[in-house]
Amino acid sequence: MNDQNTPNNPDPLAIFGPNRHELPEPGEASVALDRRQFLLLTGLGGLVIGVTSGISSSAFGQISAPIYQVGLELNHYIQINPEGEVIIFTPHPEVGQGVRTSLPMIVAEELDADWSRVTVKSSTIDPSRYGQQFAGGSTSILRRKAELSKMGAMARHMLVAAGAIELDAPADQLTTSDSFVIHQASGRKLSYGELAELAAKQPMPDEKSIVYKDPADYRLLGKRITSVDNRTIVTGEPIFGSDVSVPGMLYATFVKSRSLGGRVKSANLDEVKRLPGVVDAFVIEGNKDIPAYDPVSDFVSSGVAIVADSTWQAFRARDRLHVEWDLSTASTDDTDLMARQAEELATQPGAIVDKDKGNVDDVFAKSGNIVESFYHTTFASHSPLEPNNCTVHFKGDSVEVWAPSQTPPAILIGLMKLFGLPMNKVVVHQIRGGGGFGRRLENDYAREAALISKRVGAPVKLQWKREDELAFDYFRPPGYNAYKASLNADGKVDAWLHHTIAASKDGEKPNRDAGSRLTLFPENMLDHYRTTTSLVPSQTPTGPMRAPTANTHGFAEQSFIHELAIAAGKDHVEFYLDFLGEPVWTVPNDPNAIHTGRAANTIKKVAENAGWGREMPAGRGLGLSFYFSHATYAAEVAEVSVDDRNRVKVHKVWAVCDCGPVVNLSGAEGQAQGAIIDGIGVMAQQSITFKNGAAQQTNFHQYPLLRINQHPEIEVAFVESDFISSGMGEPTLPPIAAAVTNAIYNATGKRIRGMPISNEGFSIV
Amino acid sequence: MITLNINGEVKSLGDIDPETPLLWALRDTLGLVGTKYGCGIAQCGACTVHVDGNPARACQLPVGALQGVIITTIEGLAAKDGTLSDLQQAWVDYDVPQCGYCQAGQLMSATALLERTPKPTDDDIKTALSGNLCRCGTYNRIAGAIKSVANKKAELEVTETDRAKGA
Ligand code: FES
Ligand code: FES
Repeated sequence: MNDQNTPNNPDPLAIFGPNRHELPEPGEASVALDRRQFLLLTGLGGLVIGVTSGISSSAFGQISAPIYQVGLELNHYIQINPEGEVIIFTPHPEVGQGVRTSLPMIVAEELDADWSRVTVKSSTIDPSRYGQQFAGGSTSILRRKAELSKMGAMARHMLVAAGAIELDAPADQLTTSDSFVIHQASGRKLSYGELAELAAKQPMPDEKSIVYKDPADYRLLGKRITSVDNRTIVTGEPIFGSDVSVPGMLYATFVKSRSLGGRVKSANLDEVKRLPGVVDAFVIEGNKDIPAYDPVSDFVSSGVAIVADSTWQAFRARDRLHVEWDLSTASTDDTDLMARQAEELATQPGAIVDKDKGNVDDVFAKSGNIVESFYHTTFASHSPLEPNNCTVHFKGDSVEVWAPSQTPPAILIGLMKLFGLPMNKVVVHQIRGGGGFGRRLENDYAREAALISKRVGAPVKLQWKREDELAFDYFRPPGYNAYKASLNADGKVDAWLHHTIAASKDGEKPNRDAGSRLTLFPENMLDHYRTTTSLVPSQTPTGPMRAPTANTHGFAEQSFIHELAIAAGKDHVEFYLDFLGEPVWTVPNDPNAIHTGRAANTIKKVAENAGWGREMPAGRGLGLSFYFSHATYAAEVAEVSVDDRNRVKVHKVWAVCDCGPVVNLSGAEGQAQGAIIDGIGVMAQQSITFKNGAAQQTNFHQYPLLRINQHPEIEVAFVESDFISSGMGEPTLPPIAAAVTNAIYNATGKRIRGMPISNEGFSIV
Repeated sequence: MITLNINGEVKSLGDIDPETPLLWALRDTLGLVGTKYGCGIAQCGACTVHVDGNPARACQLPVGALQGVIITTIEGLAAKDGTLSDLQQAWVDYDVPQCGYCQAGQLMSATALLERTPKPTDDDIKTALSGNLCRCGTYNRIAGAIKSVANKKAELEVTETDRAKGA
């Protein structure tokens, strides 16, 4: 069982290929890799090695000869040119998670390349060659590390083979370092550039004969490596989606019904068209009322497009636009009502039984120590700092797209459907996104831009306003979680009941990411265990937000475990370690199944780092939390102080993670810190409420992100382990909210069961 | 006809509407896209520039009111030969950016701070940068990089000096 895959979350990205869920095994072997082919490419100058996914029916899947002549447009991974420059192409979109640095590091390490002469480029988008090119689920490292290592090592072997000829020495007497092949005995050496052409004529090594570096010799992996894009960023060069400019480009804004799913009835288009700079204004009928998360769909909502000579003129004309909406098709969601209904449902038995083991009711009936608690969170919005935008040039029989998307291949598929075009008539360029957090998995803005470009017959940059961003999200669903557990005479948990009240549109199943989260902890530790689900009506579209489902469940579950420790009269750390029990990998060799020994290691180490158990002054406390998600283990301790007006200062957070061997220490630490700040921001003060199906918050004054004056010091440490490397984009987020609220409890005796805590009378200062 | 002094050069904005916010004149008219749009209502700081050396939100400044003032944007922080300012270099060395979208604004606020207060306290840093949101949560490194420049010593773990480049 895979802890990410709740049955109610069919995976829309599955369309990209059958091996989406294939994961490399621990060590270097990879199931997925066996289906891939490495290609040596000639005619491009120097040594070029590529890999093909072997997923599709593309011609590349049928290559049998190792040496192949191909055109220049092939998406190769490494090119070593005769000048000695190493160009590494990275397939995955960059939204700030650092893959444009971390993935090339893996290649360069096994290649033994001089990192200062490496140039990183992003691959073009081609699902037939790359499989799933998406940024989500902290999966890039987990899925790509083995094949990237292998490619780098293959290239190095071929360079050594070429060196053996040129230096007239046996290959086993040659070493490599910093893009040189060296013959130690004679002191002679040749650069990779000098050897590249000859290396390209060497046979590709048998994959089984490849020798990998000893990790003790690593020059890059596990070190602090600065992002390859930092210089571009700090000098303000064009790099983001919204920086794209193409000749003849016009600027657009698109106005939709804030009550989600409303249709344009009428609008003062003639008046708007006469405004300065306005090129055109028109209604787009749309083909979908209330939006639904489906990145590969052709869904477009009804709205009014205004196209102008500049963004500002489009925005200003928008202020003068009056639309009458037909709301008969719109959502009527009211979050106050939802919360009341959920609270009521929480008092009743769950409508759907997800798992039932032993006899929970019997144990409860006999128990003298029962703990019950109900936790609730609101809707939240992704709000990456760069609002959605997309530049599209519709050219009649083809379309070209520049998109800061987390799922660029899904745009390709969506536009094929929308315009009836074949795959080779849709070109998608992946452009850095100013944050993603899951928002840019869905491509609604790209489809809107494409329709607008088609209508005006010119390239168009569509720029969403912040107000659009907060209104038209695929929101993080609210989490309503009721827990009940009993403790035996020794203070051990002997039965566990978890009831998730999930938002549901159809009344049959939870909406996307709103359902329960089936995990093997604590299920496997208990003889009596039940999880149930009830459904509360909601039409608001939801989607994955950083650490989907784990983000709300982590808060509830980890607060509840603390409540149990208190009811058992035990120290939280001790209680936790006892609950995890003997070290066991719940599903051996499945990186997505929890290994309780690794969990315990992170908890012990974070307790040690934070000085757990030390004397605290009045009003000050430490709080512990742990969560396993995305194949990574994260334990956290927060130190807070609380004043008499419930103002909370988070002084420091200690995090200890086990993500296997760290790829880029700087990147991993940065992601860990960022996800903790993200989690504190959401838990502190971020909430989207709905009236008549419309979000009530319009901009950052009503949806405040955490500011620098509120940030704690954050100390991140990693447990050294030799399991497979996993991602760090999300896993430190799920535990942080409970680390803070558990600390608040320890400081004050006040238990917070709702997020954001601003709704419970607390603030983070 | 509006002309502005930006990064030491006189730039003509043609017959632009004088109400156009500097943000959009920079981005759409002049192609200086380093200054970013995040909120449009002075809440996020992504559009921070310097006006006569003071940090200001370009989304709130109509170009008609800016004739005769000296404007500096992120594109004007490095020396003409491309040498980065100390703060820019620290941002690279300490690997501050994640997505990077807020960082132009952060750097403009930090630069203005150090010009006025070369040895800022933690509170000075917090006050000067509290108007600059970072959705990625890079605050620990922002504060550490500013302190490292002010104190002329590493206040954060430094990265390896071998550097690849992105293209
Ligand atoms: S865009 Fe100017 S402060 Fe946000
Ligand atoms: S680095 Fe992404 S918003 Fe600051």
